Amino acid sequence: MLNQYPLWKYILLVVVLILASIYALPNLYGEDPAVQISHRTKSLIDEDKMAVEQAIQSKDIIFKSAELTQGRLLVRFNDTETQLIAAEALKETLGKQYLIALNLAPATPDWLRAINAAPMYLGLDLRGGVHFLMEVDMVAAVKRLEESLLSDIRSYLRDEKVRYRGVRRDDKGLHINFRELANMQKAAEILPRQFRDLEFSENEDTLTINARLSEVAIRNEKKSALQQNIITLRNRVNELGVAEPVIQQQGSSRIVVQLPGIQDTAGAKKILGATATLEFRMAEGTRADWLEAKETGRTPLNSVLYYERDGSPVLLNRRVIVTGDQIVDAASTFDGQKGTPAVSVRLNSKGANTMGDTTRENIGNPMGVVFIENKIETKRVGDTMTKHRTTTKEVINVATIQGQFSSRFQITGLESQEAHDLALLLRAGSLRAPVEIIEERTVGPSLGKDNIEKGFISVIIGFCLVLIFMTVYYKGFGIIANIALTANLIIIIAVLSLLQATLTLPGIAGIVLTVGMAVDANVLIFERIREEIKNGNSPQASIHAGYEKAFSTITDANVTTLLAAIVLFTLGTGPVKGFAITLSIGILTSMFTAIVGTRAVVNVLYGNRDIKKLSI
Amino acid sequence: MSHTHIDTKTMINFMSKRKLAMVFSLLLVIVSIGSLATKGLNLGIDFTGGYLIEAGYQTDVKLDEVRTALANAKFKDAQVQNYGSSKDIIVRIAPREDINKAEIGDNILDVLKTTSEKEVVMRRVEFVGPQVGDELRDDGGIALLVALGGILIYISIRFQFKSAVSAIIALMHDVIITVGVFSILQLEFDLTVLASILAVIGYSLNDTVVVLDRIREAFRNIRKTTAEDILNISINQTLARTLVTSFTTLLVLLALFFYGGEIIHGFATALIIGVVIGTYSSIYIACSTLMILKIHKQDFLIEAKEVLVDDAP
Repeated sequence: MLNQYPLWKYILLVVVLILASIYALPNLYGEDPAVQISHRTKSLIDEDKMAVEQAIQSKDIIFKSAELTQGRLLVRFNDTETQLIAAEALKETLGKQYLIALNLAPATPDWLRAINAAPMYLGLDLRGGVHFLMEVDMVAAVKRLEESLLSDIRSYLRDEKVRYRGVRRDDKGLHINFRELANMQKAAEILPRQFRDLEFSENEDTLTINARLSEVAIRNEKKSALQQNIITLRNRVNELGVAEPVIQQQGSSRIVVQLPGIQDTAGAKKILGATATLEFRMAEGTRADWLEAKETGRTPLNSVLYYERDGSPVLLNRRVIVTGDQIVDAASTFDGQKGTPAVSVRLNSKGANTMGDTTRENIGNPMGVVFIENKIETKRVGDTMTKHRTTTKEVINVATIQGQFSSRFQITGLESQEAHDLALLLRAGSLRAPVEIIEERTVGPSLGKDNIEKGFISVIIGFCLVLIFMTVYYKGFGIIANIALTANLIIIIAVLSLLQATLTLPGIAGIVLTVGMAVDANVLIFERIREEIKNGNSPQASIHAGYEKAFSTITDANVTTLLAAIVLFTLGTGPVKGFAITLSIGILTSMFTAIVGTRAVVNVLYGNRDIKKLSI
Repeated sequence: MSHTHIDTKTMINFMSKRKLAMVFSLLLVIVSIGSLATKGLNLGIDFTGGYLIEAGYQTDVKLDEVRTALANAKFKDAQVQNYGSSKDIIVRIAPREDINKAEIGDNILDVLKTTSEKEVVMRRVEFVGPQVGDELRDDGGIALLVALGGILIYISIRFQFKSAVSAIIALMHDVIITVGVFSILQLEFDLTVLASILAVIGYSLNDTVVVLDRIREAFRNIRKTTAEDILNISINQTLARTLVTSFTTLLVLLALFFYGGEIIHGFATALIIGVVIGTYSSIYIACSTLMILKIHKQDFLIEAKEVLVDDAP
């Protein structure tokens, strides 16, 4: 019996089609404007949900639903206007410990969500948003570690009463100089035991011990610098109030940050890349000393010359009392007396102790607050890339200590926006090593919407043109191919939805291209059938021979295209990857629908029957 | 397997014109390489690094005014063009040293806002650092080479070496000419265009493999004919399929070209050129190369046993 399929093949086809239709379905539902609420430190619970619901209702705001998932609360609204009003209201009532972000949540019905069906995940070029690629300055990270080891060595040798002439650091590592051989030998004996990250070597001629970081220590430092930076960036992104951010490691020194739907990209860039922090130091000498130091360029041994924002000089002690790392909480506020912007900070216990001791001993003396900011920039000169690092250190405030204070106090001397940003940065923690934005792609919301529309229109038009052509050219068999093509499109969408692979505009182009190329398998088969009929074979035998002979050709042709697509996927980035994904999926699904799918329809229509003529 | 009936009267004698086609192709390739060597490619910021800002105005934009405004704001090197419509513009700037780059996109947008009384909307800002541009260019080159290598191996295994060589030559022919057109017309060559060049490789090969497949079958089934006749027969048998598939693919590409928006324009253009050239090359270049390599029956005999393996779906 020619042209009949076993029952299981029909069942398989029907099951695949039903599943594909179900999983493609969520794409038909739109999105709800929503507000996403989370807490800085804890997971939200049912009580929070009730509190939020009450807060919204008390303002006469109507919401669609509120749901608690993974410790976060998602409240849906009917329109963006209510969404914005509700977000403002919640910010006021919930307080600073809650993070509130605007979001567009898929309006997938519950029964579909229960089986994990979700719409396709749209890339930033379709939904609008910012993509940053950041490079962590690993040289700076290692330098920082060496510098901290340097001061540890200094105090360790002092504690152990080993006299040394000096310690310094350069590109080759750390160098400790001695006056006497005996001291050097003692140090060479005890240092390796205490500092396991360093590899020591002695030079008896110059009375120097050289130390450099071991490969393992460097590797670990780089790894932890990257991880620490990712954590800090995540904190900062949360502070910005972005729903569904992506913060991922890429390669060994890069971080990808994607912020869907964000509008103020300038602000986001400033916050994400900022390394701003604070240092508190005691001022030294009088105003006259400061001016003299500025003119002569000479400073007393224990102090460093800084400048205030207005350009006036200040001499500050080399010893840092407290650094920004010891600040556990910060908020922007207004100074009660002067009404100027201020940042109120809270120190950890170690910082509070030092600050308490220092201020008690220095009542009536001036203390300076230094604002420090690091920037790096890669520039190309000819064919070589160089990194330029700049550090800005400004004294934002010099004030006389009126009385002892320890853990909580205020800092003034900033502009309003600066106070707000600094408070945010101090809260989110500092970056372990400076980062540089080396790639940015921002798509405005209007372009995103345009891209979706245009992509959708070209899929529909391309699809319809192919349907019409196939019907005209292959008649009955053309319609069968069209059924397969439609099924193919549904399966592609279902697979993309299931994998939650990112759909980009080039990805849509990939779908359009597959629509055009998917009919190829059917064209090959149908041309073979026509040939067989021309050669005088019976319709049934022609169908059989057509499918059989075309099969290996179809496989060869598709495997080669698939090879190109896989290469694209592994070596491509971002939008190109999106194209490779849809192209690969399209090739695989089209082979299934064009060979197995059309054959099933053909078998049902023509199989085991006496046919005189084929509509082909 | 039954002998195929061949109606030689309706056949087009493609191979008789193969010398002419060779000259034509050689000419196209030389012009393309010449243009690539002299003019080079108009590389997009993906590969050169730099800034790109797309902005939407409410009314038609006077480009000269925008250029003057930008020049006054120290952006003398800015290239300003309409993009898609007379209300949208695109501004390109090479990487700069004197301005903090994190803010440059916003600075330009501020300048643009001064050129119109009505609102100017930011549609797209792209910045690619010099190190990323270099990497993307290297990765793109590697991707092309790996794809070509993989394909050479696959076809060598599935067919035989002469077929693989002719497929690769047809492929390089298509890629060089497609890239050449981008160079001659100085169309912008960015990441999506590179992606579509790789898609052209996939497509061109798809076409060539179908013809090669027929040639292998014909060498095994038809006796007592010259290689030239076999090639002619095979091309004619696959001609309808080659044209129909190219036509449906062109249909969807035209839909993309006209309705897909500006961003996808380069992508669609490269594929349209690639599909047209690919169709021609699978007929002429692959087969002409086989003739030059003196393909004959023995080349396919070793694999004769394999015929039994080809199974129905």
